[in-house]
Amino acid sequence: MKTRILGFVALAAVAAMTAIALFVVPADLNQGDAQRIMYPHVASAWLAYLSFGVTAVSGILWLWKRDLRWDALAVSGAEIGVMFTAFAIWGGMMWGRPVWGVYWQWEDPRLTTTALLLALYVGYLLFRRLTDDPERRATRAAIVGIVAAVDIPIVHFSVEWWRGLHQTATIASPDRVLNPAAPMIFVGTLLGMLGAFTLAWGYLMIRRYQLARAELAREEAVRIGRLEAVRRGVVRSEATR
Amino acid sequence: MTDAGFVVAAYAVIMGGLGLYTLTLWRRLVSARRELDRDDEVR
Repeated sequence: MKTRILGFVALAAVAAMTAIALFVVPADLNQGDAQRIMYPHVASAWLAYLSFGVTAVSGILWLWKRDLRWDALAVSGAEIGVMFTAFAIWGGMMWGRPVWGVYWQWEDPRLTTTALLLALYVGYLLFRRLTDDPERRATRAAIVGIVAAVDIPIVHFSVEWWRGLHQTATIASPDRVLNPAAPMIFVGTLLGMLGAFTLAWGYLMIRRYQLARAELAREEAVRIGRLEAVRRGVVRSEATR
Repeated sequence: MTDAGFVVAAYAVIMGGLGLYTLTLWRRLVSARRELDRDDEVR
């Protein structure tokens, strides 16, 4: 029931912030209306980091505690992170064409490392399908998830370490969001969209985690069913084949 | 509105994708729970 309420609150928040971003906030002096794309773009990028961070931390906790609930949380973070990374890339491309003049530039370190991040976690999800054994799958996936997470700080700091088209940090920058002279309408809308998307992320994470737990329970039920069948001689065991 | 096509394309894909994923996730969850209930009934 609480999750359902969270879902409705998230839906209302995302709808309200979308309406504000599209119809209330004035167009930017330099970027025009294309700047409106920044609100969901920045929020999506933040949630991609958060999701993959959850996957990496859950992977570590699985390796430590050997509790499959951590693996369920890890796969939830990866799947939702892939979606938000794709949204961030798409939003960035739709903003880049009118403002930079190009949809994409492979020479840009932020763009390229983000594309790599997407590929790594799509790979993570595909990698999980290589085995049906839940524990083996969790261990292998945890290692892939932890290794892939190395790309998160590289994506984040790429704009500081190397030159490219992409601007430097938005949220933590004293020249942008943290600048007291920054117009409140822009800053408030950006932070509002960030909050609304984070609520939606929370709802999706809970539902995806519930799904992962249900899938694990189903796998366990099938396994037990097969063992019982083997015991009764209905199905030949793997060893007899 | 300037660059309206880009703004609409960005929001349509992001918000539409979010909605579509939520709907698909909900259906997957309902289906998985139904399978579990069926297993319990069989036992």
